Amino acid sequence: MKNTVTFILSVVVPLIIITVVLRDASQENKLLAELREEYSQPHIPSVDHSKHEALQRDFDNPHEITATCISCHTERGEELLNSFHFTWEREDYIEGRGVTYLGKKNLLNNFCTGIFSNEATCNRCHAGFGWEDMDFDFSNQYNVDCLVCHDNTGTYEKLRGGAGYPEPGQDFQTIVQNVGRPTKTNCGYCHFHGGGGNNVKHGDLEEALLTASRKVDVHMGVDGGNMDCVDCHTATNHVMKGRYYGVSSSNTRRATCEQCHTATPHLDQMLNTHVSKIACQTCHIPEYAKVNATKMYWDWSTAGDLQDGKAFELFDSQGNPIYQSIKGDAAWQTNVVPEYMWFNGTADHFLLSDKVDTTEAFLRINTLFGSADDPESRIIPSKVHRGRQPYDPVYMSILQAKLWDREEGKGALWLDLDWERALEEGMKYLDRPYSGQWDFVDTEMYLPVNHMVSPASEALTCADCHTRNNSRMQFVEGAYIPGKTTHAAIDTMGVMLIILSLLGVATHAIIRYFSYKKMNNTSKA
Amino acid sequence: MAKTENVYIYKLYERFWHWTQAFLIFFLALTGFEVHGSFTFFGFENAVDLHNKAAWAFIILTVFTIFWHFTTGEWKQYMPTTENLRLQAEYYVFGIFRNAPHPTRKTVLSKLNPLQRLVYLSLKILVFPVMIASGLAYMFYRYPSQGEIKELGVSSLEAVAYAHTIGAYVLMAFVIVHLYLITTGHTLTSNLKAMVTGWEELETEEGTIPESKTAKEPVGEKLEKPGADPKFKPDNYNI
Repeated sequence: MKNTVTFILSVVVPLIIITVVLRDASQENKLLAELREEYSQPHIPSVDHSKHEALQRDFDNPHEITATCISCHTERGEELLNSFHFTWEREDYIEGRGVTYLGKKNLLNNFCTGIFSNEATCNRCHAGFGWEDMDFDFSNQYNVDCLVCHDNTGTYEKLRGGAGYPEPGQDFQTIVQNVGRPTKTNCGYCHFHGGGGNNVKHGDLEEALLTASRKVDVHMGVDGGNMDCVDCHTATNHVMKGRYYGVSSSNTRRATCEQCHTATPHLDQMLNTHVSKIACQTCHIPEYAKVNATKMYWDWSTAGDLQDGKAFELFDSQGNPIYQSIKGDAAWQTNVVPEYMWFNGTADHFLLSDKVDTTEAFLRINTLFGSADDPESRIIPSKVHRGRQPYDPVYMSILQAKLWDREEGKGALWLDLDWERALEEGMKYLDRPYSGQWDFVDTEMYLPVNHMVSPASEALTCADCHTRNNSRMQFVEGAYIPGKTTHAAIDTMGVMLIILSLLGVATHAIIRYFSYKKMNNTSKA
Repeated sequence: MAKTENVYIYKLYERFWHWTQAFLIFFLALTGFEVHGSFTFFGFENAVDLHNKAAWAFIILTVFTIFWHFTTGEWKQYMPTTENLRLQAEYYVFGIFRNAPHPTRKTVLSKLNPLQRLVYLSLKILVFPVMIASGLAYMFYRYPSQGEIKELGVSSLEAVAYAHTIGAYVLMAFVIVHLYLITTGHTLTSNLKAMVTGWEELETEEGTIPESKTAKEPVGEKLEKPGADPKFKPDNYNI
């Protein structure tokens, strides 16, 4: 009896203590509470611009507005000349290419393809005035548009096809007297509408974020953090944190979750250890395009069809255009499950000077670098936008079509619906060789998903990835994922070993049973 | 007809260790193969959690048991021998069907037959160390420290996981055969009874009673305190 007690004390009790200690403590996440407190403080501007004498007037020339801003903010004009919102290109280093100067200015994308010969309409979203052709003066600080980012009235409009100039006749006096820190409305004016409409391009950036609940976006939700873009995308001298890998290439100056949430944000250490290989977004953005649909597929090859001799459009049940004569076939989706891939923060882009390789299944408009054995890589969620774009089967180069013009008859595809002419005009504008022949190539573009973070309660759970059935990681290569990854040989041999053991003991038992029975019969006889 | 006698073979700690280990191995297999993706029972998250806790319990039990083995000298039970190895194998393949006597007599000083010695020793020095080492590597190849995630130099979780998986299959095969061999004692249940009560009905033959009288006497309770019984001299054992 005494011994039993000793054993219980010496063995069982320590086991119980260890179990209790190892039990997950259900404590409150103090850091999160602090962040909530910090970011719920409203921004109080240090200046009331309506009291400035220089702003007590109306303006009829947008350059004059900029000049007035610069009259007080004397150094900001020059500063803007080096901001990516103005230059639309930046110096990067790309493995295999060296130092590059790339951006919206000279890259193609998988949506409206590129700005060349279309500047006047595309560059409505340029933070400047007057970029309508290759002669735009990037060194003139009075070409900067301050208002598109700093108008706090939410009314400032840039003119369609106006090369960045504002719509005339706006109440500029009220607008300039209400400038301030950029709001969601300012950033969203361009970033929600990439690709030519709300949520077309990104899928995780759209108008709904101005009014959505925290279920859609825990940070921006009006009943959540109600945060502004610039709360995370902070800036020093107008150089913002944040990378969009449709145009960026380097693993620098990124806006990260960690900048607020630290590298070990979970109370559960098992989750924290995931952080070194899994990006926060992977679990915390289970799906994107939660409110309005985003464009997932864009087939330019079917553009140009006519119905009764006229351009026409077809819509899906949600009202999204699935065919437009000017743009071709499209597919739209809401609540999209991202595709997952390794990414180390560096990317490459398909340049106009690159050769199309038709032996590949598709052309990568951009390439996200990363792999399982790269310590810098993590698994990220991405929107993958697939499409078909024109290329030159003789020169094997990607082609830029002229899409837009102010009037018909100048070769703009969207007005004349003539591919031959549109490509000719586009390539002539670019001054690049073009054989006159064209075909279409399948393309893919990768847009990492970073917004529409769900509340923690809706994050992925273990079994979303750690499963053999439809694991979210089913197409992610190179990682051993418990519960998902299996080694066919080990499992086959293991199961065989178990089966053989069972068969062995069963056979042995049967022989034993019959030999004993025989022996008993013999002894009875 | 062989005679039998009751002998106190398994001491209290030994039985506690055996049954705790048996439960833990069963539980680790259940949770472990769920983590492996073989089936769903607790749910992945719970399975991982329970598997880790059971693993700690197993490690603690192992530490205690290593201590017990050395302080009691019981480790010598597992020294491999070739003597009777062949006879023992032949017994399981032929003799057992003819109701032949066990070729190895079980005594408190030599409670394992040569095959058992070999198998249990390989469990102790091969399978368990591999499982514990790969399990710890699995748990700690990444760990949080001072606000960041540090890594042990485990370059490939894959290798660790595969070693752990292979070990698990081997253990499963062992358990299956082990469970069956329980029934091969003097009677179908005498081995089981022995591991539960400590007392085992053993075959004996006139004139071949082990020389050491300790085998006849119930000495177990006394032996739990190492060295308490002057008659218990592990060095004296023979087969």
